[in-house]
Amino acid sequence: MEKDFEPNILVFACNWCSYAGMDLAGTSRLQYPHNLKVIRVMCSGRINPVHILEAFANGADGVLVTGCHPGDCHYISGNYKTRRRIMLLERLLEQFGVEKERLRLEWVSASEGERFANIAKEFVEQIRKLGPNRIAEKLRKEVAVV
Amino acid sequence: MSKPKLAIIPGANCAGCDYSLLDLGEKIIDVLIATEIAYWPTAADLKLEDLEKLPDGSIDIVLFEGAVNNDETEEMAKLARKKAKNLIAFGACACFGGIPGLANVASRDSILQKAYIKSLSTVNQQGIVPYKITKVDGGELTVPELLETVKSLDQVVKVDYYLPGCPPPLKLTADALVAALSGKLPPKGTVFGSMKSVCDDCKRIRENKRITEIKRYHQIVPDAEKCLLEQGIVCMGPATRGGCDAICPTVNIPCRGCMGPTSESRDQGARMLSALSSVIGLEGEAGVSDEDVRKLVLQIKDPLGTFYRYTLPKSIMRRVWGVRE
Ligand code: SF4
Ligand code: SF4
Repeated sequence: MEKDFEPNILVFACNWCSYAGMDLAGTSRLQYPHNLKVIRVMCSGRINPVHILEAFANGADGVLVTGCHPGDCHYISGNYKTRRRIMLLERLLEQFGVEKERLRLEWVSASEGERFANIAKEFVEQIRKLGPNRIAEKLRKEVAVV
Repeated sequence: MSKPKLAIIPGANCAGCDYSLLDLGEKIIDVLIATEIAYWPTAADLKLEDLEKLPDGSIDIVLFEGAVNNDETEEMAKLARKKAKNLIAFGACACFGGIPGLANVASRDSILQKAYIKSLSTVNQQGIVPYKITKVDGGELTVPELLETVKSLDQVVKVDYYLPGCPPPLKLTADALVAALSGKLPPKGTVFGSMKSVCDDCKRIRENKRITEIKRYHQIVPDAEKCLLEQGIVCMGPATRGGCDAICPTVNIPCRGCMGPTSESRDQGARMLSALSSVIGLEGEAGVSDEDVRKLVLQIKDPLGTFYRYTLPKSIMRRVWGVRE
């Protein structure tokens, strides 16, 4: 494990369930690691694979996508689309040479503050073990932009 | 008044783009009458020195054809930029890296090893792998050295216009030539093509059907009227810039994406991944396990090679990171 490595983790959270769940973790004063940078989106279905590829190409060590539990999506089926996308994206990332463990999809409801805090801890530990994502660095070196 | 100068400068190409110019038919004579050919190795007997001798910025239209894959094509790209008033990336390879750009799935060394040593059909008793300088009996030979990563033209020099396609559709080539020769070029950075996707040009009937099975092209005889994607064949139409009149789906062949990403997206593969994730799916998904969803989507055996067939170097990731032997 690399010394002094603090994982840089991007979290996408849907407005209706997961973001509220995170908020609950906060208001319940549950501790979770500070490594997460949260972006709120209206629905997990809004998350374009481009966002995730850009995150990895720009140095994110991990990306956590969260959404409503199956059956609970505010827009009925956005989370199913997300699930299909993420599963295919995992495969694509592997092909690109990004460990698929750097991407994780979790369902977090508005009442699951504690569950969110636990997922956050676990994911940060998992990324810590994987070590830094070196692709951003290599990308910059390899291709001088005109 | 002197005629406008035209040059076609090759990079890592197959010359298919030049050949496509012959499809202009008799109109090619008009082009030849209206221009002075400054350099075009496939068709004109001019030497590299002739090109080098011309003043910088003196060639009105330079079509650069092919990707940049070694130190020689890199030099050609720089020379093209220097001599060009208007530099047009001509074809999918120059625009996005194209088929030669698929070399970015492997390291340079593994490619050389495969081509010169490991492939079954190779007989190479001395085990010579041609790097920049190779020692042979009686001296040294030099060949252009492969770059580690294949690039699109605009990853090496500034490009004024893009004319995508493999090869570019004749209509678009003609539009570009007419615009350039009549001094009516659109704003710099324009991509010749449509602002919409191939699907918008495609006449096949879409029923917003979900698919549960991906089929390889040889496994079915597709219905001639219906959308190929909705029949389970991976058709890149939704993720691909229009302008080709959807010629492939029109003749029952799925689009492979040679026009590159649509005007709204910078990563063709990501767009296709989204589009495909929207059409593929099982009934009653709430009860379906992650494993079953994974099995469903992993029917797509090679997402990278399928979604980025023409655009890997121009994709967000640009190449495969980590060695694949
Ligand atoms: S997916 Fe292919 S076949 Fe279907 S409408 Fe689009 S271009 Fe046509
Ligand atoms: S349909 Fe697709 S593969 Fe065929 S010419 Fe058009 S963009 Fe290229």
